[in-house]
Amino acid sequence: MPTFFEKKQVVTPGELLAEGDYLAGENTYMEEKKIYASRIGLADLDNKRVNVVALRAFYVPKVGDIVIGTVKEVGFNGWTVDIKAPYTALLRASDVLSRPFKPQNDELSQVLNAGDLIVAKIASYDRAHDPQLTVGEPGLGKITRGQIMQVTPTKIPRVIGRKGSMISMIKQETGCQIILGLNGVILITGKSPEYEELAMMAIKKIEEESHTSGLTDRITQLLKEEKAKLEEK
Amino acid sequence: MNEKPEKLIDKKGCRLDGRKADELRPLKLEVGVLANADGSAYIEHGKNKILAAVFGPREMHPKHLSLPDRMVIRCRYHMAPFSVQERKSPAPSRREVELSKVIRESLEPSLFVELYPRTGIDLFIEVLQADGGTRCASITAASLAIADAGIPMRDLVAACAAGKVDDTVVVDLFDLEDKLGVADVPLALMPNLNAVTLLQMDGILTPEEFEQAVNMAMEGCKKIYAMQKEALKNKYMAIKEEVEEE
Repeated sequence: MPTFFEKKQVVTPGELLAEGDYLAGENTYMEEKKIYASRIGLADLDNKRVNVVALRAFYVPKVGDIVIGTVKEVGFNGWTVDIKAPYTALLRASDVLSRPFKPQNDELSQVLNAGDLIVAKIASYDRAHDPQLTVGEPGLGKITRGQIMQVTPTKIPRVIGRKGSMISMIKQETGCQIILGLNGVILITGKSPEYEELAMMAIKKIEEESHTSGLTDRITQLLKEEKAKLEEK
Repeated sequence: MNEKPEKLIDKKGCRLDGRKADELRPLKLEVGVLANADGSAYIEHGKNKILAAVFGPREMHPKHLSLPDRMVIRCRYHMAPFSVQERKSPAPSRREVELSKVIRESLEPSLFVELYPRTGIDLFIEVLQADGGTRCASITAASLAIADAGIPMRDLVAACAAGKVDDTVVVDLFDLEDKLGVADVPLALMPNLNAVTLLQMDGILTPEEFEQAVNMAMEGCKKIYAMQKEALKNKYMAIKEEVEEE
């Protein structure tokens, strides 16, 4: 029952990772009791499960995920929303209005118009149907201020850090409010654009160097330096 | 080299470009060269220069082309007008349409098409300079571009040709050998799974020669595969080293 990788080793698609009594985890697949990688990433063994933390991937909707999307089109009884996934999401009018929707009374484009950004949760999704969104919870809905940035969706856990250490550090250092969409879109709202830029720079750096170690310390130091510069001005 | 040479292989067993029978042309691979595509790769294989770009998976347009149970792969192999000595019309030729299909079908087994129903990926292959064996070089580059786009795959696909020139079976034919030679056998391989995804033959070979050609092409694919892996890792290793030096 051997494994064929060292911890955190960069593996390419098709690389044999383990043989025998192991489970195929994320970004891997099993064929004839052998586990191979299916994406470029860092291999890791978690108990009996072989995982690959992908360096490049796209977002696949999952029920319960918080995502940030752009309204693409206003339809007859809802909106279509671009959530940076292979599928466009649907948002029903009755969900936003939280009362029965009557086409003769309500003008949908006055509630949400094409180009508006929203924070939403995936309510339902399966192979045969496009994802449905809901905004019926606190913290969800139309975005009115702040800045948006996009990172590779697989890097979101790295931005959060172990037990949220990274994200809470960035929030604390910059004083910004940050909402992470699991589809890789991030909303940053701060006191002033300068602090928002600061948080964006830090996240950009995390994305680029996500597969290196000691990242939290480097980012903390970077943020402290940049903040000092900013406050001198 | 416009005149037809008398012999394609000299007495010492050297080919026109100085290679031995089992030697590949110099290969250079680069991943992630285009900013606007989801994934991209560039290959220089001898004098071949080819760019590959991938978009998706995304919703299919027009929508009626999407399939309810699987992802659709669309592929466009195209040669730039300046890629050959005589200007080539930029309109897709019969040959290009056929190669697009051949390349698509040789990459399809490497993808988990059943995972993303109703979507499609678009694959664009642009030949900037051609010197024989462009279909193989295109497959090699396209496979890297797909991996760079983060699309899950069973294995990288490496491709290499073998064939017969004069009386010798050789690997990785260039343009002149391809045109004046006896036979050409392009082959695409998923080396880790040992699965052949493309095998064609143009010309006449005896069964023994054919077997020898296939084996040589497979050896070539394995060498190319090693370079593919390295190119893919390089993109991320560069950052890692940079950080560790600080």
